Amino acid sequence: MRKVMTGNYASAYGAKVSRAEVIAAYPITPQTSIVEKLAEFVSSGEMDAKFIPVESEHSAMAACISASIAGARTYTATSSHGLTLMHEVLIWASSARAPVVMTNVSRAMAPPWSVWVDHMDSVAQRDTGWMQFFCESNQEVLDTVVMAYKIGESRDVMLPAMIIEDAFILSHTSEPVDVPDQELVDSFLPGYDPEIKLEVGRPMGFGSLVRPDQYMEFRYKAMKAMDSAHERILSVEDEFKRAFGRSYGGLLDEYECEDADVVLVVAGSAAGTAREVVDSMRSRGIRVGLARLRAFRPFPRDEFRTLAKRVRGIAVLDRSYTYGAAGAFYTEICGSLYPLVERPTVKNYVAGLGGRDITPGILENIFKDMIDTTERGEAAEPEWVDVEGLERRWR
Amino acid sequence: MALTPRTTIPEEEYAYPGSTGCPGCGANLVMRYLLKGLGDRTIVTIPACCWAVMPGYWPSHCLKIPMVYCAFEATAASLSGIRAALDVRGETDVTVVGFAGDGGTVDIGLQALSGAAERQTDAIYVMYDNEAYMNTGIQRSGSTPWGAWTTTTPVGDAKGFKREPKKDIMRIMEAHDVPYAATVSVGHPEDFVKKVRKAKEVSGFRFIHAYSPCPPGWRMNPMKTIEVARLAVDSRIFPLYEIVNGDLTITRKGKGVPVSEYLSLQGRFAHLSEEDIAKIQIGVDEAFAAMEKRAATKN
Repeated sequence: MRKVMTGNYASAYGAKVSRAEVIAAYPITPQTSIVEKLAEFVSSGEMDAKFIPVESEHSAMAACISASIAGARTYTATSSHGLTLMHEVLIWASSARAPVVMTNVSRAMAPPWSVWVDHMDSVAQRDTGWMQFFCESNQEVLDTVVMAYKIGESRDVMLPAMIIEDAFILSHTSEPVDVPDQELVDSFLPGYDPEIKLEVGRPMGFGSLVRPDQYMEFRYKAMKAMDSAHERILSVEDEFKRAFGRSYGGLLDEYECEDADVVLVVAGSAAGTAREVVDSMRSRGIRVGLARLRAFRPFPRDEFRTLAKRVRGIAVLDRSYTYGAAGAFYTEICGSLYPLVERPTVKNYVAGLGGRDITPGILENIFKDMIDTTERGEAAEPEWVDVEGLERRWR
Repeated sequence: MALTPRTTIPEEEYAYPGSTGCPGCGANLVMRYLLKGLGDRTIVTIPACCWAVMPGYWPSHCLKIPMVYCAFEATAASLSGIRAALDVRGETDVTVVGFAGDGGTVDIGLQALSGAAERQTDAIYVMYDNEAYMNTGIQRSGSTPWGAWTTTTPVGDAKGFKREPKKDIMRIMEAHDVPYAATVSVGHPEDFVKKVRKAKEVSGFRFIHAYSPCPPGWRMNPMKTIEVARLAVDSRIFPLYEIVNGDLTITRKGKGVPVSEYLSLQGRFAHLSEEDIAKIQIGVDEAFAAMEKRAATKN
């Protein structure tokens, strides 16, 4: 069924067709229409689920974790301050190996107050043990929710997943979205029935105290699970493509990268703009490409190494910043490439914070700057793009 | 000749030996009596507190019921999640219990507790009250009584002992219109188990405030746990009562012994002057008189 809907409704429909059984959520702009829609689905009986209108995001995640341990498929959604309030329990979720699925409508952090997009909130959760998927379109949002359950609930993964949609650009912008047939989703995604769950008659402690001689093994297993997730993301997407006829390029979605001299790495909705810019520049004979970072965790290290062997320069656009260092995407990519003997030039561009537009003109200027930087072969420091007061003009 | 049972408390044990609780630990008994009252179709969620470590190191688990640990401030949220999942699974007869200390309840966990109570989550919340953060080494909580020494309310020259009254969690819960709230004590197991059974039969959010002496934290002889618990009731510093749909009933009146008898057994009160003790006595007398007055006027 094809409907015109926002990214937020796409998230809600994703949870609905995935037959989420327990939803615990707390409202925050601009996530609210996700939980409103789900509350509507549950109260109308369209969705057979329990909706818990909790009193905070921390409680939303805590409720989802315990419900997941008790064997229910769980869903929640949040944004910015809600996500960062959850930080403690995000780590709890992955450590408890609870495959909770959550949409984060990625929004800038205060102060100063901003309700518009950037990736600071999501990137700050990098080390929580969650899979993180940045989406480019509303269709991808819906489809990734469905795939995330299948990946996360795999016996060899058992990890939570965060679906990231850019505030307003996806959350409140309507696009045609195909809502897959329930029967088709049911055959793709069976019900959640974990081997070990909280149940009467099986007395055990979930999360008991361990000694130093036991702890690292739990963490090692979680690390291996995230490695397995890398394979699962690819295999589940293959399966999804066969069932639904759509796919999104695995962990690193490459566009016109085959013969590119210089590629741009972006995550989220800016990728749509970048595709236009790539097409436009290519029509003028400039060989550029786009590598859309779809999964931040697990990180597509091998994909970047393969890409790096083909290109001379990589421009990395971060929509967040780690003060005193650089953008997180940039440092991670550099870290991945360091073991290579021959490395392309890599430069960091920080842009689009707090909802500032990333225009085609800006992206074209980034490409041009990257081409120059690559030709000069210089070490390049991170550059803040389109900031008032700086001499350089990017628009 | 068959022996006549002297107690109505079930003989069945759900808390096995192996708990790592301290000698004379009141919280051990709270769990033991609670589970005797509830039986084994029970799931417990537990935050950071003494009982987070007391079931033993993984993979040991000294309880006959499953237990899921949760973050310090998240007990009542975890409770809501488990309840929802069990309802989805159709296991509506399983009792879900949140079991937290006083700090995890009246301080850091109060928001989640208030949320779950307001939503009338069908579950039982038990606060075992040892009147300070005992697992971390005896720091004051909102539930520490006036006059008590803790490591963050030191005595010495500064006379920094706790100068604020104990937060009255029962009144806070009552303000949420919970259908059942009761105080229980390890010194009165019959009353304890009776109230737990009663709570089990009620639906909605139920709250049990359990008095739980802590010998190391209270600086008392571990052999005197029960004696101190009984003196708390007899001195009326911790009255036993229940509130059912707004009606308060005092279930054990206590003998009305002077609070000094209760205080003198605990080193945490050793620094108090006669005036301090007199002040406590007045407060206890006034509070109990008000409670008796209220108990006499049912809805």
